[in-house]
Amino acid sequence: MPVNDFVIRFANVNGTGSASANYLFAKSIFRMGIPVSPKNIFPSNIQGLPTWYEVRVSEKGHLGRREGIDLMVSVNPQSMKEDVASVKSGGYFVYDNTKKLHDEFIRPDLNYLGIPLMEMANREFTDPRQRQLFKNIIYVGALSALLNIEFPVLEQLLAEQFTGKEKLIAPNIKSLELGINYVKENFQFPLEFHLERRDLVKDKILLEGNAACGLGAVYGGATVCAWYPITPSTSVAEAFENYASEYRVDPETGKNNFAIVQAEDELAALGMVIGANWNGARSFTATSGPGVSLMNEFLGLAYFAEVPAVLIDVQRTGPSTGMPTRTQQSDILEAAYASHGDTKHVLLIPSDPKECFEMTAESFDLAEELQTPVILLTDLDLGMNDHMCEPLVWDENRKYKRGKVLHAKELENMGRFGRYLDVDGDGIPYRTYPGTHPTKGAYFTRGTSRDEYAAYTENGEAYKRNMDRLMVKWETAKNMVPKPQFYQEKNESEIGILFFGTSTHSALEAKEWMEKDGIKTDAIRILSFPFHSSVDAFIQSHKSVFVIEQNRDAQMRSLLMIELGISPEKLISVLNYNGMPITAADIVSKIKSNLQLPA
Amino acid sequence: MTYLRPQFHHPELPKNNIGYTKKEYEGSLSTLCAGCGHDSISAAIAQACFEMNIEPHRVAKLSGIGCSSKTPAYFLGNSHGFNSVHGRMPSVATGANLANKNLQYFGVSGDGDSASIGMGQFVHAIRRNLNMVYIVMNNGCYGLTKGQDSATADEGSKSKSGSVNPFQAIDLASMAVELGATFVAQSFSGDKQQLIPLIKAAMHHGGFAFINVISPCVTFNNNVGSTKSYDYVREHVEATGTIDFVPTHSEITTSYAAGTDTTVTMHDGSKIQLHKLANDWNPEDRIAAASSLQKARAKGEILTGLLYINSGYHDLHATLNTTDISLNTLDEKVLCPGNAVLAEINAGLR
Repeated sequence: MPVNDFVIRFANVNGTGSASANYLFAKSIFRMGIPVSPKNIFPSNIQGLPTWYEVRVSEKGHLGRREGIDLMVSVNPQSMKEDVASVKSGGYFVYDNTKKLHDEFIRPDLNYLGIPLMEMANREFTDPRQRQLFKNIIYVGALSALLNIEFPVLEQLLAEQFTGKEKLIAPNIKSLELGINYVKENFQFPLEFHLERRDLVKDKILLEGNAACGLGAVYGGATVCAWYPITPSTSVAEAFENYASEYRVDPETGKNNFAIVQAEDELAALGMVIGANWNGARSFTATSGPGVSLMNEFLGLAYFAEVPAVLIDVQRTGPSTGMPTRTQQSDILEAAYASHGDTKHVLLIPSDPKECFEMTAESFDLAEELQTPVILLTDLDLGMNDHMCEPLVWDENRKYKRGKVLHAKELENMGRFGRYLDVDGDGIPYRTYPGTHPTKGAYFTRGTSRDEYAAYTENGEAYKRNMDRLMVKWETAKNMVPKPQFYQEKNESEIGILFFGTSTHSALEAKEWMEKDGIKTDAIRILSFPFHSSVDAFIQSHKSVFVIEQNRDAQMRSLLMIELGISPEKLISVLNYNGMPITAADIVSKIKSNLQLPA
Repeated sequence: MTYLRPQFHHPELPKNNIGYTKKEYEGSLSTLCAGCGHDSISAAIAQACFEMNIEPHRVAKLSGIGCSSKTPAYFLGNSHGFNSVHGRMPSVATGANLANKNLQYFGVSGDGDSASIGMGQFVHAIRRNLNMVYIVMNNGCYGLTKGQDSATADEGSKSKSGSVNPFQAIDLASMAVELGATFVAQSFSGDKQQLIPLIKAAMHHGGFAFINVISPCVTFNNNVGSTKSYDYVREHVEATGTIDFVPTHSEITTSYAAGTDTTVTMHDGSKIQLHKLANDWNPEDRIAAASSLQKARAKGEILTGLLYINSGYHDLHATLNTTDISLNTLDEKVLCPGNAVLAEINAGLR
C-alpha cells in the first residue's frame, strides 16, 4: 500500500471535545507537507449523537471525498456496528479496549487495535471533563505512532493552540505520549500505509469556505450584515463579525465601521440588506435553502426595483428541513429564478475557499454594477469543512466598483433624471442615493410597475419596455460574471464533463482516472450564471456532456436546457444526493455504465 | 395613470427658515378616495417637515403595501421613497438607517401592514429602538382589497356589508408601550392641530417614535356600527372638545380647546407642550400609560396625544457602536484591511 494515500475516519459522540483533537490530527499531516482533506459528518444536535470526522490523505492532491475507510477510530459505542461495517476489508479498527469488544463487532477481515483509552485517561486525570477531552488526545498520540506523524509537528501545533494558556500544553503532551507509548509497547508500527514528509503543500492554506466568505465580505467593503442563524451558514456571519471586530474598528474613536444585526427571520435579514444597499452601503446576508425560500418575495423586489443585494447561500440537503447537516447542490433552480413573475438572478459558484473569498468580494462589485441581487452558491461541504487551497491575495490598487451612481455635482449639471432610463444601452440605469441633492435625483423605489422616470404606471407598453430592458441588462451580465474554466487547450474528445462547486475535485479526479482507463474527456467548470457564450459552445462541440451535480433533479442540467435550449439527450446526468460529498468512484462508475463500459 | 400637481404656484409663497416653500414639501397628487383620512396625515407630515425646517432631500420615506403605504408618493416629492413589500417596511428601514444615520426616516404603514402580515417586523423594530418615525394609518380594514376586517378592527365593529367582527382587536399603541417603544402617541387624522406637533416631536425623538393615527376609511369602514368611522372616532376620542360636522367628501379638521398643559423635555433639549390630558398625566410613566390605554379601551374610548416618552435610551446605532460618519460614505481606504493583513491571515492558516 502506498504511503500518503488513505482515509481515516473518527467515530465520536458530539459535544465531547473530539473536534479539536481530530483537527490536530489533520493539521499535523498538512504541516508535514502532505495534501489532506478533512470532512465533518455531524448531526443536527449539540450533545450526545454520533458524529464523524473523515480525513483523506492524498499524495496526488485529490481532495474530493473517497469511499472506503482504511482505518476507523471508534470511540462511540452507539455507532459501532455501522462503523465496523464501513471499514475496507483488510483495514484497521482502533477501539477502546478498556471494556471487551462484543463479538458482534468482530469481523475476521479486519485488524483490531485495542487501546485502553478510558483506563489511561482515568488513571492520568481526575477531573471528568479532562478525562473525556484527553481520551481524544491519547488516540491522536496512538495514531501519530501508527502513521508516523512527526512529534515536533504535534508539539508545535499544541504550542500555537494554547498560546496564552500554556498550562494546558503539558497535559496534552502527556496524553500524546500515553498513546504513543502504548502503540510502541503493543503493536508493530508504523502500519503499512503511513505518512512520509513531502513538500506538496507549498504555501497553501487550510480554511473553511464560510470563514473565507466572511473575510471576503470584509475585503469587499460590506458595512451592513443582516442574518438569521441557520446551519450551515451561521459561521459566515460569525466570521464576518470576528474579522470586522479585528480589522474594522476605528483606532481613534473605537467605533465600528460596520453594523451587524441578527434579524428576526430571513425575510427581515434580506429586507435590511436591501434597505442598506438602496441607501448606498454594501450589505449582505448569509443563509441556506430554507432561508432562500423565505427570501423569495424580497429577491423579486430587489430584481424588479433594481436594488443591489448580496446573498450567500450555503446549501444543505433539502427539501424542507431535509438533512440540515448534510451537503447538497440543490438550490440552483430556486436561486436562479427566485420569486414570482419573470425573475432571474446572478449566481456565483465557488469551489474552494479562495474562490469563496474572491467571489464574495466580487459579488459586491457585481451587485452594484448590475443593480441586482447576486447569490453566491456554496454548500455545507465547502462552507463547514477545512479545504486546502492557494493563499488569499488582494490587489492593493483595487477600487470598489460602485456602479452607475449619480452624485450631487453630476445631478446639478444634468437635465431630467430618469431612474430607469437606459442611457448607455447596456440595460443598466443610473441611480442616486437618498439625501444627495436638494431638488434633483429623488425618486420613488417600488415593486410596482413604473416608467423610465420611476412614476407608477399600469401602461402595458411601459411595463414591457422595462422588462425588456432588464433582459438587456441580463445580456450585459453574461460578460461581467466569472467565465467558465476549461481544463484543456482545445477539445480532444466527443465526451465532455461539466461540473461546478464542490463536485470539482472529484470530477477532476474522475477525469484523470478515466483517462488512465482509456476514456478521454474534455472538462468545463461553471462558475456563474447567466451562462457565458463559451458554455454553449463547449456543449455544442461535444456529442454528449455528462453533467455532474449533487441533487436528485439534475437542476444544473435543467438550467442549461432552459437557458441555452440544449436538447435533453445531449446532457447526461451524473447525480449524487445522499447528503455526502460526491466521490470520483461514483462519477467514474456512472459514466462508464452510461457508456456501457465495464466498471 | 400618473397624477402630477400643476407646476404653477404663487411667486410669493411663504418660505420657511431655510428658504423652502410649502410646495416643496408636497408630493404627487393623491389617488386615494376623496375624504380619506390618510391624505390628512400626508399633509400633516409635509406641514411638520416644512415647519421643522428640514431639507426635503434629507428625509427618506419608507412603506409597505396597502392604501397607507401608497402615501409616501403624496408628500415630500423631493425625498427618496421606498414602497417595499407587504409588512416588511421595518426591515428595509432598518437597513437604510444602518447605512446612513444622518437622514430623517419616516416609515408609513397601515393596520394590515403592521398588525397582521408585518407584526413580526414591527415588534422587532421597536425592540431595536430604530431611530425613525413610524406612523400607522389605522382604519381597521383592508381598503385596497375592498374592506375586509383587519386585526385592529374592534370586536363587534360592523362592516359596510353588515357583518360583525368576531375577533379581538390588536391595540398597536398598547403593544408599543408594552414592548418598550420609547415614544408612543395616538391621534386622529381629523385632528391636525394635535397630529402636526406630535409628528414634530416624533422627528425630534432619537429613537423609535410610534404614532398610531386613527384614519377612517371613507369608502369601506365609515358606516354606522363601525368603531373606526369618523362619527364614532369623533365621539370617542377621550377628553376632546366640540366636534365639527364634516361632510363625507371633504377634508376633515377639528380643533380642540387646549386642556391642561404639561411640558416634556426631550433628549436634545427641545420641549413638548402637552394639551388635553388630565392633570396627573405623566407621559414618562410607562406603567401609567399602559394602564390608561387599557382603561380607555375598556370604555370604548380612544386615548390620543403623546402617551409615553422615554428620553434615556440608546438607539440601534448606539447599541451597535457604529461610527459617527454614515457607513455609506466609507470607501476602500477605510474598509479594506489590505494585502499585508491578508498575508498575516494566510500565515495563520498554514
